[in-house]
Amino acid sequence: MSLKIVVCVKYVPDAAGDRGFAEDLTTDREAADGLLSELDEYAVEQALRIAAEADDTQVTVVTVGPDDATDALRKALSMGADKAVHVNDDDLHGTDVMGTSLVLAKAVEHIGYDLVLCGMASTDGAMGVLPALLAERLAVPQVTLLSEVLVADGKVAGRRDGDAATERLEAALPAVVSVTDQSGEARYPSFKGIMAAKKKPVETLDLEDLDIEAEQVGLAGAWTAVDSATERPARSAGQVVTDEGDGAKQLAAFLAERKFI
Amino acid sequence: MADILVHVDHADGDVRKPTLELLTLARRLGDPVAVHLGPGAEAAAPVLAEHGAVRILAADAPEFTDYLVAPKVDALASAVDAVSPAAVLLASSAEAKEIAARLAVRLGSGLITDAVDLTQGDEGPLAVQSVFAAEFTTVSRVTRGIPVITVKPNSAAPEAAPAAGALEELAVSFGPLATGTRVVSREPRQSTGRPELTEAAIVVSGGRGVNGAENFALIEALADSLGAAVGASRAAVDAGWYPHSSQVGQTGKTVSPQLYIATGISGAIQHRAGMQTSKTIVAINKDSEAPIFELADYGVVGDLFTVVPALTDEITSRTS
Ligand SMILES: Cc1cc2nc3c(=O)[nH]c(=O)nc-3n(C[C@H](O)[C@H](O)[C@H](O)COP(=O)(O)OP(=O)(O)OC[C@H]3O[C@@H](n4cnc5c(N)ncnc54)[C@H](O)[C@@H]3O)c2cc1C
Ligand SMILES: Nc1ncnc2c1ncn2[C@@H]1O[C@H](COP(=O)(O)O)[C@@H](O)[C@H]1O
Repeated sequence: MSLKIVVCVKYVPDAAGDRGFAEDLTTDREAADGLLSELDEYAVEQALRIAAEADDTQVTVVTVGPDDATDALRKALSMGADKAVHVNDDDLHGTDVMGTSLVLAKAVEHIGYDLVLCGMASTDGAMGVLPALLAERLAVPQVTLLSEVLVADGKVAGRRDGDAATERLEAALPAVVSVTDQSGEARYPSFKGIMAAKKKPVETLDLEDLDIEAEQVGLAGAWTAVDSATERPARSAGQVVTDEGDGAKQLAAFLAERKFI
Repeated sequence: MADILVHVDHADGDVRKPTLELLTLARRLGDPVAVHLGPGAEAAAPVLAEHGAVRILAADAPEFTDYLVAPKVDALASAVDAVSPAAVLLASSAEAKEIAARLAVRLGSGLITDAVDLTQGDEGPLAVQSVFAAEFTTVSRVTRGIPVITVKPNSAAPEAAPAAGALEELAVSFGPLATGTRVVSREPRQSTGRPELTEAAIVVSGGRGVNGAENFALIEALADSLGAAVGASRAAVDAGWYPHSSQVGQTGKTVSPQLYIATGISGAIQHRAGMQTSKTIVAINKDSEAPIFELADYGVVGDLFTVVPALTDEITSRTS
């Protein structure tokens, strides 16, 4: 039985760099270097592990993002994915999560899938809702936030460590799955993998290829608006004492002064 | 006044604190109408009414517990049909965020997640969010449909505001997607006897510097002397010293307590993302160069193995 896996990967500004907003209050993608969201590496990893257990599989990675987002695709290809799809269109600038989920849903349908794998959240926006949105749009089950995934016999099963309980979940394929950073360390691309990735196909699609109107996406098509973005005043560094035997006493005095004790 | 739907987060009718905060925020926008799904509505009703719910729509069906997320989306969509609210509010738990997202698609509405404050603007609710590891504060609003907004715990102090809170049956018809993902088994988290991490007024966290699972007893003792919850950095969790459910940070919990005490934690950006909005931050670290001191209101450069037990003793003697 063949298994078509599509992994959604996002190209994000490096958290260690200077992140900020552009004048139109969209994420400034110039200020910081970008990379494949670390949390999506876990999804690529699970896709490759699932593929290794099944016959006749194809792992396609897909991203919606600007030109540089191909870096994220190449990284995923060098980890071992078979092919990549890049949805790139000037009209996508400023698209919110609703628009992104629409574009990804169309792209995933265009590619064809039995299983869609996502990360738990993007490291920039960090809403963690895209997998649920995709499931809703594709009208398939969502099996999200898994720390353990198993695909067999046309089903996906997994463990979800929720806020109040640990749940074991099960759904029939096709389905949308997201995995957490507890699901298993992502592999490093090997030199061979990096070389092989250069020859793997990257298909580029624009909105027209996906039958999406420009008005449905972008800043103007967003269903939310950001009115203002202000940098949080740096926390003024407080008092720092070096413990010379009475550090705990001094700290207790501070806590008492602030009425915590 | 317009009705504001508030999704109730509860365990068998035991209403969680973030829901009371939501009711308080909802009153700024209109009349709160609570939606209680699953067992326990009778038990929850007085608490919801006490905090301002003018009506309580309740539905109970096995689907809510036996299947993931989708049945609750059907129920909230039914509640929206019944009430035509001006906004729908949910707490920012992992599950409720997913419910909110799918509901927003169904309603053709914009979605805002993880608000830390809500006010009434000229054209509907304005949501304050804290983004990029809390380095920026944004104000956003929904421009299409009925705003669906999730709000982080500790965003408001729950206020009592007694209202009628009449309990009404909500009729729900489940769609074909409702039974897509079966919950095969559920193991509730063991209670630690300490406050919920995300709801606690004080959090004491330990990191790699704690150097071993057994040493977390020191952190727990300090936490208990303050009536605090215990948190951990990812380094401590990855080392297997403390459970993942206690991890604070980007891939763990976001906490916003009155007081956060970081011990043996360097203050990496991913950790800061989960605690930077704490009101008062205290750090205990033996490295005076540790980045955590940049955000600490009070820092002690010292060995946690001497400072933490001494602090616990000091607090115990002051409070007893
Ligand atoms: C995608 C991604 C997501 C992540 N998510 C999270 C997250 O959710 N939460 C999180 O915490 N991290 C997260 N991280 C990891 C983060 O980058 C750091 O690696 C982690 O926070 C470090 O934990 P730490 O501060 O305990 O350890 P370290 O950075 O090793 O710091 C230990 C500190 O303890 C001090 N110390 C040692 N011994 C003592 C002593 N005896 N007394 C006093 N001080 C002592 C040291 O001086 C040092 O400052 C994430 C990383 C990535 C890439
Ligand atoms: N622009 C994008 N392109 C491809 N995948 C994405 C994109 N945005 C989000 N995702 C996927 O959705 C997951 C959750 O994203 P989010 O809801 O933005 O936190 C990520 O881990 C990715 O797998």
